[in-house]
Formats: sequence, C-alpha cells, structure tokens
Amino acid sequence: MTTDPNLDSPRTAVSNPPIQPMPVNLGPGDVVRASAMPDLPAPTRELTPVAKLIDVSKCIGCKACQSACAEWNDTHPEIGFNTGSYQNPADLSDQMFTLMRFNEYENPETGDFEWLIRKDGCMHCEDPGCLKACPAPGAIVQYSNGIVDFISDNCIGCGYCVTGCPFDIPRISPTQHVSKKCTLCSDRVAVGQGPACAKACPTQAIVFGTKEDMVTHANARVEDLKSRGYDKAGIYDPQGVGGTHVFYVLQHADKPQLYSNLPADPKISGVVESWKGVTKTVGLAAIGLAAVGSVLHGLLSRGNRVTAEDDREAKELVEPSLPAQDKEA
Amino acid sequence: MSKRYYSQPGDRIKEFNPVVVSRYRGFTRANHWLTAFSLIALLLSGMALFSPYLYFLTGLFGGGQTTRWLHPFLGVLLFFSFLVLFLQLWRLNLPKPEDVTWVEKIGDVVKGDEEKLPELGKYNAGQKFVFWAMSGLIVALVVSGVMIWQQYFPDLVSIPARRWAVLAHSLAAVAIILVFILHVYAAIWTRGTISAMTRGTVTGGWAWRHHRKWLRELAGRERRDPAE
Repeated sequence: MTTDPNLDSPRTAVSNPPIQPMPVNLGPGDVVRASAMPDLPAPTRELTPVAKLIDVSKCIGCKACQSACAEWNDTHPEIGFNTGSYQNPADLSDQMFTLMRFNEYENPETGDFEWLIRKDGCMHCEDPGCLKACPAPGAIVQYSNGIVDFISDNCIGCGYCVTGCPFDIPRISPTQHVSKKCTLCSDRVAVGQGPACAKACPTQAIVFGTKEDMVTHANARVEDLKSRGYDKAGIYDPQGVGGTHVFYVLQHADKPQLYSNLPADPKISGVVESWKGVTKTVGLAAIGLAAVGSVLHGLLSRGNRVTAEDDREAKELVEPSLPAQDKEA
Repeated sequence: MSKRYYSQPGDRIKEFNPVVVSRYRGFTRANHWLTAFSLIALLLSGMALFSPYLYFLTGLFGGGQTTRWLHPFLGVLLFFSFLVLFLQLWRLNLPKPEDVTWVEKIGDVVKGDEEKLPELGKYNAGQKFVFWAMSGLIVALVVSGVMIWQQYFPDLVSIPARRWAVLAHSLAAVAIILVFILHVYAAIWTRGTISAMTRGTVTGGWAWRHHRKWLRELAGRERRDPAE
C-alpha cells in the first residue's frame, strides 16, 4: 500500500512517504478543541480519525520505538543507571515521550513466566484531561483526526496538564518550562507519514492507520490470541475518556493493572472536573456579585459617619488628661 | 506604665484639640501596604489562570510564562509580610464576650446604630473575622500552593494529592477575594477609617464611636499622677 497524497491522513506507517511535495495537512482549521478557548470557531473540515494500535502480545522489548521517537523529536534523554530492570530510562521525561514499561509476571493459572512490556506514552484521549485543566489559551489542541498536541509557544509551564491527565503522561521541561509529551508525530502525520515509533517497530506490534482500520485489525488480533489460549485477550480503548487514539491489544485485558499499572477505568478525576467546573462558575459569580454589589451599595448608601456628638464626647473623655497649659489655651 | 488590654504599643492620643489618635505606626502601615500590594498582584495573576476570560490579565505581568513564575513568589512575599502583621495583631484579635453581643446585633451594625452596640476595644468582631479568615486562608493558600508549585516542587506530592491541592487553592482563593472585598468595603463604608492606614491616625470622634474601650484606655494612660 502506498500513501496517497490526496488522503487527509496516512493510512499506514509502514510505507515510505510520498516523494512529491505536499502541503502541511494539519492546520488551525482542523482544531476541534483548544485549551482555555471556550469560544473556538468550528473546524473548517472533518479529518478521518486516526489511531495507533499497540499490540502488547507482539512486543519483543527492543526499544526501537524509543530510539525512533528520540531520533525524530531530537530529544536527548539523560543517561541513567541500571535499576535492575530492562526499563530504561526509568520514567517518561521531557526528553522521553515514550517508554517501554517492563513487568515480569508469573501467571498463577499457568505457572508461566510472562514479560508484559507496555509501550507507555500519551493515549490521545477523545476527552483529554490535560486540555480541560490547561489555563493557557491554545497551549493544548485537539485536531479532528483525534491527535492531542501541545503547542509550546502558548504553554506557560504551570503543570496543570499533569494534574488533569488520568495517565500521568505530561512532563514539564525544567529548562524550557513547557510541557512535553508524545505528539503522535503530528508533524509527520501532517505530511502523510505514520508516527516514527510505528515506522521503526520490527514486529509491527505498533501499527498506525484510521481508527476504524485499527479497530478491525485489533479485533482480528484478539481473535487470534483467543485461539491460542488467551481467553481474556481484548482491546484497551477506555470509554471513560471517550476512547483513545492510541490503544492496546492486551493478552490479559481483564487485568490492565498488570501492565505497569495501566488504569482499569481511567477518566478525568472528579476533583479536576469540579475545579474546572462548578468552582470556576460559582467562584466567578460570587466574586462578581460581591464586587458589583459592594460598589453599588457604596455609591448609594450614606456610609457610617462620625457625628459632631461623637467628637464632643471624645473631647470630653480626653479633656481631663490634657496637660495644664493646653487646657487654658 | 499600666498594662494595656485594648491597645497596642504606639497607640496614643496624639493631639488634643481636635482629638487625634494614633492607631498604626509607620512600619505597620508600610507593611500593611506591602501585604495589600502582594494580595492584589496575586489576585490579578491568579484570576488570569483561573478563567480563560481573564487570561488577558497576564499582560499586566509580561505574559503567561512570567505570570506563572511570579505568582508563587508573590505568595511567599504575602506570607511573610502578613506573618509580621499577624504577630503584631493577633492578641487584640482574640475573641471577647462583647463580640458575641456585637454579632447578635449585626442589624444595628449595618444600620450604623452604634449606640445600641457594646463598647469595643481596638477591633470589632467583623474586623476580627477578617483577620482570622485572612490568616487561615493564607496558610491554606501557601500550603496548597507549594503542593502545586511545578517549578520547584514537581514531585512533592502525588498527582491525586495535587488535584485536591489545586481545588483547595482555587476555593481558598475565591474565599480570600470575598474577604478582601469585605475588608475594603468596610473600611470605606465606615467613614474616617482609611486615614488609620494612610496617615496612621483617626479622629477622636471615630475612636469614640467605633472603639470606645480602646479610646478610654488611651485616655486613661495620658493621665499622670501628680507625683509622676
């Protein structure tokens, strides 16, 4: 399959990019939601939703995806230390947007040792908690193809996205003071190429295409796994965040926590919802009413004034303490 | 010198004709205005990050990035300048029996019918409320603020704790803004109050009308024994 430059988004990461020049296909007119911009104009067109499928059962833990990610995004993760795990670096960072999380699992049912290696990174939620929490207009955008992207020029580095994300993904650069995460290679997708990680994956555990195609492919993979004895194999496309544009095929879909604490039912925290919802509305209303009310009342009321009687009483009270010469004066 | 119950060192009858009473010393006034400045700057920068409709306020501070790093430092400044105020004022803001009566007769307070109210020391129950509300809310804001101070304390608390901290921070911020509005409004509504924080003095009539026990104590202190 080759990539047709007339398509709105690439259908695969495997093929080489088109050789003819093509315009950048992700622009302001494709933004469906932007942080702190409640009155955003509607997008001018609707792109085909895309998705990256990560089939954990096919992953061999080679970290080609990590290398490709660092290569494409020109990030330079710090050289760390061996902590007794193949997982390296130890965590996501502003320099490492994707990370193979290694978990060694002894299956109590079969007695088998299993290596559950999950490629962690931004899930590109349909309902992104980061975008909801962000206070900076246009720092986080969601395109109509489902990609959630951080626009560093608008980012103020406050870390609210960290608070909002149900997957603990964004990392704030301590030097640039902007938030970083996987972009789903929006800059590649915009010119007809699939994400770098998917392109690099030697076993095609990572595949990319339209969400529809990826779901079909995932269903076939689940069926295959079930035929091999993985009864609980399934798709992880959490509906609590409206589904995601990066999703998994898991051998043990009934226990996502096995995969380095993948949340079973992720959703935007109720605390975040009430902070960004009722607190903001009621808080602003209360402050506005108090401010306007006090100004109006201040203008209309007479105020509490000191009377001549008060002054006389004070004088009388203080009088006996007057030094003698003042009294005569 | 006799012990003070309702007044503070520095409070004294400054002039006798007309009566002028010193209420706040220069240092206290300067520090109060530092607190006021930092509170207003915090209010503007905080509101900018609270609502998208107020994000334009970041322009006052030189953009979003500057607002983001400046806000917590202003908070630290507010904390320490208010701490000095707190240490100076807390004793006279302790509740007294007459405060209960004052609150019960809040209707007369609003009507300005002060002859029906008990005689008061340096502060009435409303002022004490503002003082303690400010104290409690500033502590809440500083504690929750440090928990979400990304630049210096990114890993201080877990992400679920951070969510609670950011909610608590915005609730406390709304509350302190309401208390701030009450404080400013009451200072303007009670005519003759502002000069206590500008020139440091109030008129004798003001002191008689609103803080009679305080005035009585100061007047008593002026009396000298012939032997003294």
